[in-house]
Amino acid sequence: MDAIFLQVLNGLDKGSAYALIALGLTLIFGTLGVVNFAHGALFMLGAFCAVITRKILTLSQITLDPVRTNFLGKPLEIRTPYVELWWGDFGTWMIDYSVLLAILFAIPVMALIGIIMERGLIKHFYNRPHADQILVTFGLAIVLQEIIKAFFGANPIPQPAPASMSGGLDIGVLFGFAEYAVIYPYWRIVYFIFAAVVISGVFAFLRYTTFGMVVRAGMADRETVSMLGINIDRRFTIMFGLAAAVTGVAGVMYTPIVPPNYHMGMDFLVLCFVVVVVGGMGSLPGAVLAGFMLGILESFSAMNEVKAILPGIDQIIIYLVAMIVLLVRPRGLMGRKGVMEE
Amino acid sequence: MISKLKNNDKLLMIVFAILVLAGPIILAPFGAGYPDLLQRFAIFGILAVGYNILFGLTGYLSFGHAAFLGVGSYSTVWMFKLLTMNIIPGIILAVIMSGLFALLIGFITLRRSGIYFSILTLAFAQMSYSLAYSVLTPITNGETGLQLSLADARVLDPVNTSGSIPSTNLFGLEMNDTWRTTILGMDFQFNVGFYVSAFILIGMFYLSIRIFRSPFGLMLRAIKSNQNRLIYTGINTRPYTLAAFVISGMYAGLAGGLLASMDPLAGAERMQWTESGSIILMVILGGTGTLLGPVLGAGVIKYFEAIFSRINENVLHAWFDILPGFMENAMVWIVLPFVGKGWQLTLGLVFMLVVIFLPGGLMEGATRIGNWVMKLKNRGSADSTKTSAKTSAKSSDE
Amino acid sequence: MGILEVQNVNKHFGGLHALNNVNLDVKEGAIHAIIGPNGAGKSTFLNCLIGKLAPDTGSVMFQGEPVLGKKPYQINQMGISRVFQTPEIFSDLTVFENVMIPCFAHRDGSFMLNAWKAIKGETDIREQADRILLDVNMQDKLHMNAASLSRGDKRRLELAMCLSQDPKLMLLDEPTAGMARADTNATIDLLRDISEKRGITMVIIEHDMHVVFSLADTISVLAQGAIIAEGLPDEIKGHPKVREAYLGEAEV
Repeated sequence: MDAIFLQVLNGLDKGSAYALIALGLTLIFGTLGVVNFAHGALFMLGAFCAVITRKILTLSQITLDPVRTNFLGKPLEIRTPYVELWWGDFGTWMIDYSVLLAILFAIPVMALIGIIMERGLIKHFYNRPHADQILVTFGLAIVLQEIIKAFFGANPIPQPAPASMSGGLDIGVLFGFAEYAVIYPYWRIVYFIFAAVVISGVFAFLRYTTFGMVVRAGMADRETVSMLGINIDRRFTIMFGLAAAVTGVAGVMYTPIVPPNYHMGMDFLVLCFVVVVVGGMGSLPGAVLAGFMLGILESFSAMNEVKAILPGIDQIIIYLVAMIVLLVRPRGLMGRKGVMEE
Repeated sequence: MISKLKNNDKLLMIVFAILVLAGPIILAPFGAGYPDLLQRFAIFGILAVGYNILFGLTGYLSFGHAAFLGVGSYSTVWMFKLLTMNIIPGIILAVIMSGLFALLIGFITLRRSGIYFSILTLAFAQMSYSLAYSVLTPITNGETGLQLSLADARVLDPVNTSGSIPSTNLFGLEMNDTWRTTILGMDFQFNVGFYVSAFILIGMFYLSIRIFRSPFGLMLRAIKSNQNRLIYTGINTRPYTLAAFVISGMYAGLAGGLLASMDPLAGAERMQWTESGSIILMVILGGTGTLLGPVLGAGVIKYFEAIFSRINENVLHAWFDILPGFMENAMVWIVLPFVGKGWQLTLGLVFMLVVIFLPGGLMEGATRIGNWVMKLKNRGSADSTKTSAKTSAKSSDE
Repeated sequence: MGILEVQNVNKHFGGLHALNNVNLDVKEGAIHAIIGPNGAGKSTFLNCLIGKLAPDTGSVMFQGEPVLGKKPYQINQMGISRVFQTPEIFSDLTVFENVMIPCFAHRDGSFMLNAWKAIKGETDIREQADRILLDVNMQDKLHMNAASLSRGDKRRLELAMCLSQDPKLMLLDEPTAGMARADTNATIDLLRDISEKRGITMVIIEHDMHVVFSLADTISVLAQGAIIAEGLPDEIKGHPKVREAYLGEAEV
């Protein structure tokens, strides 16, 4: 029982990431009708926003230790981050919480990247075939990841969670299991809550603001809305920025769980397309639901008991589910009929 | 010239065959005349020609062809291990296995079209890749990749006493055999493996011309143009797309088998979906749906891969030596990210530019340049023909 | 006993009763027109005949064989050909290729892996395509890209494509929609010519009463999913129910 409980929890954080990325992907797809293969790259760029923030915060003054020497016999270098020099304890706190601060950095940066991407490139592809959209965004994804590789190298760069959130919580006890049976890292709880907040934020934004209402109307019928004299294009551009920001912060927050590397975007991209397809192309609730569902399913299939019956199932379960869904119910769990069928 | 080739398949075939067979001579001055690269030209040419039969004709964008490449490689290496180092059985098995695999995958994925088809093939490719890494380790040897060893059975071959692993051959002609000669200070290398691949490439190119010019090819183009109309014209489109999928899958398997024949090992990374992406790059860069384009694209990409990735900082410094110091450093700093390990960045950029500005690829570019040259030529005599051109335009309006 | 027999066809879309017990009997060689105000269910009815939609109940028999439950390409292979409201052609291909495809479909059936033979060698198909294009007066546009044709030519091309299959029944969805008067008259002549020379049965959906009354042998009037009147053109002209259906709409 506790094993099952643990798997559900494990699935939640992966599912949160899937749901967030799939949400961004669906926002773009639903509003603009563009299949964005560079979306994984946005996730990756978000993660590297965290890396950059930490790099900036830990820029250090180098002084030489008067007494101690390193193994080469030279004076030992002492690195003191400038922020600590200037602000003392507050500086130390800033470095510790750099992941959270990175969110503040990532939101405007990613939104800007998204808007530039839409205005500069994707705008010109609205009337081109989907194959062209896939190809040009695929090219863009390669370019973005290679730029990151050029600057940050090919190796993963581990990012620590804030010290106060790096431990684990004996969450099982809260639910009446034995002590130490279910230990769950704090950061994953944070990630899940964060995802829940962002997702509800996006939904609330679309539901309760006039801006969101217009966008939803545009998603349903773009032509009519623009005939009403509403500049839907500009709103869609902003939606692209929003989607990029959502995906970006999903990347930022994911860094303590998996150290970012330049190809993480491509790795996540396939999964997220699968998630979107399972949820139903163009359906926001579908994307979120499918994200969590597949995340949990994946962690269940990683259980030894399951693997003993079906070896290797954990590697392919998501694809398998996607295939079955696509063949049996092409519009996905919650999609409208006929989206993109032609 | 290009338009002439378009209309005259026999001429095209002859020119193509000559260019391919003379590859070692033509490419030597460009620093690409060594066997390893020449083999890759031919093999990836086959791959791209095959992919073009699916994507170029039907418009179905598959991200799963790397899987067929991998299946082909594994099958061939297994034949080397079990049966003989002669490449024929290995390649035959590669084609059959990839064909069967393509039949299975195509049967499922072709129920959907457009973006759904792309995502389904993507999922299949990733699945095959993951399986090759994990559960199928007894067949694929997992992360290490499938390699030959001295202990392999090789039932058909004579007992191996040499103490080293025998090399792949075609009835005794070893693939890595190279005849070298130096003419006018230039080193020419004629490699058996290249010529085996080159002859197969020519054959496969001929097959693709036949398909392009056949009623079957016409149906495939009709599928790309308007699948709905075709259905209401009494055509069952599924078997057509499936046949195209299987044929192009077999091309990929053949290429995989040849890759393994030149260098007898097979690894799972060959099956990753980004590999399929690079096949697509070749076809798009060369010119989708054209006959020559894919081969050209494969050649250009493999060439620049080989050349660009060899350029390092020292080479760049030598290039910009004539500039003053700070400018030299600046130029090196600017260019460096695009070469060496970063050559994929260049590839991505070029690819984007092609998709944006030149959707027809290099072939379209060549046609445009050709037209432009023709126009320039005509301009000289334009004044005298202006009036007649005007009247003929008028009559065609009516 | 007619070539096409439709019995008790019903189709619901949610709460909307789009087709209400529709019956139809078309004699071989006749031109039958289905008219009716907008939203009467004409296109739905046609879509049921070609397998695009599946009706909830009812039967459709073509030459005594059931049509329902068959795939669209199978229905076409039975000899039912359809002309769409907006011309559906292969716009990336040349006019000649456009016509060759249905010729192949007619000769080789729904699938044939004809990958080794060159199109150039298919003399019978080429001659047939030539002949058909001559019939519709498009022989001078053989090598034009279909996308670059005028709208009227696209319509004629689509007609040619249908003809090259030698169909027994043609379903035409507003064949003169959006045409100028001269083009309309040309199309009327062409259709009448086809019907007389080849004896092809036609079912035409049409708004333009001029077209209907100059072409149709028999007429059915569809209103709100049900057939309210049926008969010869002269009977329909003065039919009180028809007037009501149209005038009722006009008042709104």
